Amino acid sequence: MAASGGEVADDPILDAVVAVAASAKVTVTTAGPVQVVVEVGREDYPALVEAARAGGFETFIDLCAVDHLAREPRFDVVVNLLSTQHTRRLLIKVGVPNEDPSLPSISMVYPGANFYERETWDMFGIVFDGHPDLTRLLMPDEWDGHPLRKDYRIGSVPVEFKATR
Amino acid sequence: MSDDTRDSETEGLEGKQVSDGRSHGAEERRRVHDLWVAGTEEPDWVATATDEGAQEMLPRELDPGLAAQRGVTVVDDYGEPTGLRGDELQILNMGPQHPATHGVLRLQLELDGETILRSKPIIGYLHTGMEKTAETLSYMQGGTNVTRMDYLSPFHNELCFSLVVEQLLDVDIPPRAQAIRILMTELNRVASHLIWLATFGLDIGALSMMLYGWRERESVLDFFEKVTGLRMNHNYIRPGGVAADLPDGWETDVEGILEVVRTGLGDYEAMLNENPIFVDRTQGVGIITPAEAQAYGVTGVNARATGLDYDVRKAFPYSGIEQYEFDVPVGQHGDTFDRYLLRMEEIRQSLRIAEQVIETMPPGDYRATDRKVTPPPRRRIDESMEALIHHFKIFTAGFDVPAGEVYQAVESPRGELGMYLVSKGGPKPWRLHVRAPSFATVQALPVMMSGQLIADVIATLASVDPVLGDVDR
Repeated sequence: MAASGGEVADDPILDAVVAVAASAKVTVTTAGPVQVVVEVGREDYPALVEAARAGGFETFIDLCAVDHLAREPRFDVVVNLLSTQHTRRLLIKVGVPNEDPSLPSISMVYPGANFYERETWDMFGIVFDGHPDLTRLLMPDEWDGHPLRKDYRIGSVPVEFKATR
Repeated sequence: MSDDTRDSETEGLEGKQVSDGRSHGAEERRRVHDLWVAGTEEPDWVATATDEGAQEMLPRELDPGLAAQRGVTVVDDYGEPTGLRGDELQILNMGPQHPATHGVLRLQLELDGETILRSKPIIGYLHTGMEKTAETLSYMQGGTNVTRMDYLSPFHNELCFSLVVEQLLDVDIPPRAQAIRILMTELNRVASHLIWLATFGLDIGALSMMLYGWRERESVLDFFEKVTGLRMNHNYIRPGGVAADLPDGWETDVEGILEVVRTGLGDYEAMLNENPIFVDRTQGVGIITPAEAQAYGVTGVNARATGLDYDVRKAFPYSGIEQYEFDVPVGQHGDTFDRYLLRMEEIRQSLRIAEQVIETMPPGDYRATDRKVTPPPRRRIDESMEALIHHFKIFTAGFDVPAGEVYQAVESPRGELGMYLVSKGGPKPWRLHVRAPSFATVQALPVMMSGQLIADVIATLASVDPVLGDVDR
């Protein structure tokens, strides 16, 4: 456990989460009273999410991706969990490389992640392994490309106004 | 279109059915598309839900996986109710142009007679790429974008955006600006719940409710128009404060709203609470359990109706809302009737907050004095060249926001509205993700609707109050 020592030890909630994923390389970047931000490697990510659920973060709030483009790994997937009991948020950040944009699906742990993972696949092209129905959610099925990627061309789509042709 | 093209199109379609493995061996076909009419001879071509690719219903053989997945975690009645599968299994597409879907939501319903076995919400018809647009607009312009997402609660969108930007900016918001923000968002909650009540009444046949709801909501919108100039999409709450101070005599206007809506609430309850048709159509309909609500990320009234006591205003107070006294009503059945009761009570609580704002409105500035985010006062522009340049720069180039990644949530009428902002410095967001409450709610609809009758779909859907602008963004 690469969690940054002391601040974690006297934090029972965080302890519960990190302890279960003891083998995981979890880096705690922020450990505020209302929000904890942790970074985790791709291989330890599912274990950490399961540990978080067992540790009291029962509410699934959000899952989204960020395209950092020039950075390595290129993408961040940010999972936002909530413990209503402890009034605390847990943000889990996972780096996803450009060469192999894939991540284990957590829709088995939180069924609410289903749509969010579909949206992230749709918008960023990140594949969620084990997802039961990974198809486009917001864009049309036949759409080419993943619009929220930073290298996706912003421009106009030619609109066919028949009167002007 | 000529006959030639039509022919070739038809050919193309047939070819497609072969190519995506739809007509392999009989056994295979049955495995993939188990939706043929049982009891008849196995047809050559099995009718599927739709030929629109991904928007099909999952094949049944895959769905047990889904059911197990959901069963393991929370849902134990997701699968088809036993004994219901007869020879009338069919797929019904409801929407996206159905008037009761509150916008452009499409529901694919697998029916046995009138009973819903499975359902699948299909969204994206109102997708306008607002998260991408947000990356091209400066923080000054961003408010105009986000206010259009959930068009029934524009102030909440603006407030959330302003708060998330201010988290990185680290500016102090004057107490008066905070109080104005609370006043406007709480009145917005009243307006939103009223329009929900109106459309909900319309959907389940209480037509007079529709008229009353719209009428009372109008009194709130009139006040919005007086303050912001617009009835919707205000761009009034901005990073740094609000766009303008409240007009003279605003207290009288708000008191007028309080009186009109409170009188109205009494009338609605007299009309609906004891109404046997209303009660029959709502009680025990569209039930979701607390564990399901949590696992699906359902928040707001829909979660509180199940007995969960989570309100962002209490758990993570923002904009000084902790100074005001209000209660968070919590239900216990998680059904449509509880959601109705809770919304009625929330209107009362929001009015209570508005009343306290009138009494305690602090004097002072309505926006931050930090010149970085606040344009100079109008009169200074006439006197000072620097002020003019500053004003011009702030509206064209915008202001820089320090790098960072933050999440901020507010309690919108539909639940937890959150924004995740990534800034790399500069005047535009690197990424703005919106955690839309309706998105999570729509996803949980199959849980609420499984095993119900088709008429209950309308009641269930209307009761969870989805706004499709919020779902699709």
